[in-house]
Amino acid sequence: MSESLKVPTMASYLAEGKQPEVLFWVGCAGSFDDRAKKITKAFVKILNNTGVDFAVLGTEEGCTGDPAKRAGNEFLFQMQAMTNIEVLNSYDVQKIVTACPHCFNTLKNEYPGLGGNYEVIHHTQFLKQLLNEGRLKVEGGKFKGKRITYHDPCYLGRANGEYEAPRDLLRKLEVELIEMKSCKSKGLCCGAGGAQMFKDAEKGDKEVNIHRTEQAVETKPEIIAAGCPFCNTMMSDGVKNKEKQDEIEVLDVVEMIANADDL
Amino acid sequence: MIEYIPQFLFVIVLITAFLFFAKNVFSLRRNINLGKDIDRKDHKYLRLKKMIKIALGQSKMVVKPISGTLHIIVYVGFIIINIEVLEIVIDGIAGTHRIFSFIGPVYDVLIGSFEILAFLVLVSVIIFWIRRNVMNIKRFLSKELKGWSKNDANYILYFEVVLMVLFLTMNATDYQLQMLGAAHYASEAGLSGSFPISQFLLPLFDDMSIRTLVVIERSAWWLHIIGILIFLNYLYYSKHLHILLAFPNVYFSNLENLGKIKNLEAVTNEVKLMMDPDADPYAEPVGGGSEEDVPEKFGASDVQDLNWFQLLSSYSCTECGRCTAECPASQTGKKLSPRKIMMDTRDRLEEVGKQLDKGEKVNDDKPLLDGYISREELWACTTCNACVDACPIGIDPLSIIMDMRQYLVMEESAAPVELNNAMTNIENNSAPWPYNQQDRLDWAKD
Repeated sequence: MSESLKVPTMASYLAEGKQPEVLFWVGCAGSFDDRAKKITKAFVKILNNTGVDFAVLGTEEGCTGDPAKRAGNEFLFQMQAMTNIEVLNSYDVQKIVTACPHCFNTLKNEYPGLGGNYEVIHHTQFLKQLLNEGRLKVEGGKFKGKRITYHDPCYLGRANGEYEAPRDLLRKLEVELIEMKSCKSKGLCCGAGGAQMFKDAEKGDKEVNIHRTEQAVETKPEIIAAGCPFCNTMMSDGVKNKEKQDEIEVLDVVEMIANADDL
Repeated sequence: MIEYIPQFLFVIVLITAFLFFAKNVFSLRRNINLGKDIDRKDHKYLRLKKMIKIALGQSKMVVKPISGTLHIIVYVGFIIINIEVLEIVIDGIAGTHRIFSFIGPVYDVLIGSFEILAFLVLVSVIIFWIRRNVMNIKRFLSKELKGWSKNDANYILYFEVVLMVLFLTMNATDYQLQMLGAAHYASEAGLSGSFPISQFLLPLFDDMSIRTLVVIERSAWWLHIIGILIFLNYLYYSKHLHILLAFPNVYFSNLENLGKIKNLEAVTNEVKLMMDPDADPYAEPVGGGSEEDVPEKFGASDVQDLNWFQLLSSYSCTECGRCTAECPASQTGKKLSPRKIMMDTRDRLEEVGKQLDKGEKVNDDKPLLDGYISREELWACTTCNACVDACPIGIDPLSIIMDMRQYLVMEESAAPVELNNAMTNIENNSAPWPYNQQDRLDWAKD
């Protein structure tokens, strides 16, 4: 599938004197993590198919600084932020879409104070916009009627109040959406936030991702849908730990949209 | 002359109680003002609206329907019965009997509703006690609630029971005295007040003489009002300060998206200087470079490093534990409990306050970091904001955790090893993993 992907960079757009409709901020996970790369490609596939005029920064993109900031390293965060802002502003970027709620939150909430003012949206919100504008058509497809539970990423949900866009997309797929015990504003963290992804957990009775996976498994889903590459990793690990990987898939909402017709 | 003695005594009791209360308020203000400044005086209208909805309207309490409803009963009871307290105070000073009774039928409705509320409060408080002491509700069993906190919660409940029983006893005997036509009680205009609940207590007082009834009525009246004044002054030593502080706490609470963590301005200035190719590293700092320009401490290791809102919140916290119940770290048995973060902050602030009371310099023998809050607790947080969202009065334990992490990393370079590795990677190759930035677009090629 990847041969057909068209991924223009901001540099190439500038060379042609053009400005894309939106910048796709890929993020570190989306660029380097094997599982997250599939999410990135699924999103690009939709962008290509719907004819969205987008570009990426490519090698000019760098970590937003989110994990550094949440680890307490404000210096490193602001170094990253200001470097990125310099690049973004040099391209006169107006609108950013990202498939990572952590990048989303940082770009949206913490960059403006440092001189980076953009309209920042999460990929599920962007897809919802495409749907509303009639540019994206989503119909049941292969997920129709499947039991699906959606895990709210903290930095999309509680942190920024977006609970409905991903759910609306799932409803469009005509799935049987089942909520977990803790959902929406009460959604339980997967355990990766606040730079936990990059360190061992403190001593306790169990891992947070196992706890969350148990809540998900209780709903007897065929698919756990997520909207964050880190949640995806944590939930996938949890499902493996419960030896349910043959029964339960962990997918990003955008992967489901992109692959709904692949039958 | 002698007939004025009760009034005289009452005024003295009242003044003493208010002086003590004023002293407590003074300590409270002084301690909260030990915190750093933070601008929470913007958006006055929005803040007022939020306060009316969340504090006055209790909108976040009912997220948990059982405890929320019971809480609303006790809260409404508390506020409404205070109208009666106003009458009691005026009667006490002026030596009158039920001075508001001239408003007639409205008065009867008022007293009647106070009685019903008092009864409902009594029932709710008993259920609260059962929830706390008999049912094994997890958020009331945490380690940080052992000892004083558990006792404090129960003392308040006992207090409420005693106050409500005294209130109803006072009304019942008053009712009986009015019916017996006792001097000072009975009025030619007829019965003052209506007594839908205390009428059921009348059989207890059936055969008593007017003299005995007056003694019981007066005792109940005095104990009730003295009890309320003691309660007022107990607040400062108790988690029950929330009945006053919940209002300013919600008013001054964060209005931004929960995901936003404030950017440190001092850092911004330094980073800008570092990134400016024209900056002269040997230049005198702007403003002459006096001693005061020594960069301030980054983050927080003690209460004085926190801001006044965080300190206010530590006093506002009523230890309900809704935060801890939602915390993923607490739920999975980690040491971290957001409620404990708030309690520790308050306990340390109280300790600092005591040192100031004695005129001593604040000593660092047992600072907030390590003395109260361990590093293990701080590093267990996923910054998921569940605690912040759960708090019914807008407390933000996460902000304290973040400030303390900033101190650990920027002042002590004391992050866990794996985090240091991730941060080194970000510094060197702009990703938390050791991948080359030049390979960032490789995903599009394979």
